[in-house]
Amino acid sequence: MLNTRMLEIRQNILSKNDQLANHLRSRFEAAGVFVVNLLSSPGAGKTMLLEETLRRLSEQYRVAALVGDLATDNDARRLARSGALVHQIETAGICHLEAAMIEHHLQAWDLSALDFLFIENVGNLVCPTSYDLGEALRGVLLAVTEGEDKPLKYPGTFASADFVIVTKVDLAEVAEFDQHTTDHNIQSVHPGIPVLYTSARRGTGMQEWIDWLEIRRNERITSCASVSLAAY
Amino acid sequence: MLAGIALLGKETRMHELSIAHNLVELASTAALDAGVGQVSAVHLRLGLLAGVVPEALEFGFEIAAQGTPLAGAQLLIESVPVMVYCSACHETVLLANIQYFYCPVCGKPTSQIVQGRELELIALEYTTASLPRGDRHA
Repeated sequence: MLNTRMLEIRQNILSKNDQLANHLRSRFEAAGVFVVNLLSSPGAGKTMLLEETLRRLSEQYRVAALVGDLATDNDARRLARSGALVHQIETAGICHLEAAMIEHHLQAWDLSALDFLFIENVGNLVCPTSYDLGEALRGVLLAVTEGEDKPLKYPGTFASADFVIVTKVDLAEVAEFDQHTTDHNIQSVHPGIPVLYTSARRGTGMQEWIDWLEIRRNERITSCASVSLAAY
Repeated sequence: MLAGIALLGKETRMHELSIAHNLVELASTAALDAGVGQVSAVHLRLGLLAGVVPEALEFGFEIAAQGTPLAGAQLLIESVPVMVYCSACHETVLLANIQYFYCPVCGKPTSQIVQGRELELIALEYTTASLPRGDRHA
């Protein structure tokens, strides 16, 4: 006679990744480095935006970037031109970055010598969503050429993000980009999320983006410092 | 358009395959720890915002489970709807449309997700052979 039995587990499938991500987050906070994880579709202008961001921030801060790419190191080579520390993570076909990859590729760096660390995730809007990398902020990029309904197609991704950057606004007119509808759709899947409009090529909105990042970093560092003071 | 669909299909499958590997690792460790040699069914809870396509996960699971105590096990997926907290109503409410984060009662926008991101292994089902009393010779 066969008896059916249940073995109860109740555990998050990605708990191993989540634990490691939380560990990384503590390390980042202790070292005072502000970590931003950038998600987007392929071709949304992540590398261009990051190149310009690194160049501008490097004037005042110690900045680094980890770049996830399926197979090539083209993006990393482009980013290294900014003068920032850049390291490539070749995922060999894996469609997202995981916390273990971040930990592995950070080994050569002294985190306390950094102010900002950007993680350029692998280009797609589905897979990277489930993987916490220990970042302080997660941003989603949306190019004006991608269409206004992208947020509605990927609600889970936009709901998990802390901010949205609309890129390539210099092409808005050619792409017949409808800003009102885009704003409406973004707010529909994540009410209250900050949205920044940029063109890395023209410099439009870049200063606002840099200022915004500085404010977020200062807030984070102040709150982390007060938490560690409160611990005494 | 066709290329877009093909690409989405490809990246989705790869993503679920990776999640399936995590699932199999977690589940087979738990099974072996409990002395379970063969699992017959795996119970999962999958939030609508988890970004995981059930069919793709099933496909990935079949591959990832090969050679483990989960080989051939059935994947039983419970879909978890999205619940949000409405600060105006002071209530947790069910979101009927995951593209529209507004309280269905008062219409106020809300981004406080209470439920719907689950990617959770709930339980493993297995069978044990036990002989009915008085029939020990069989």
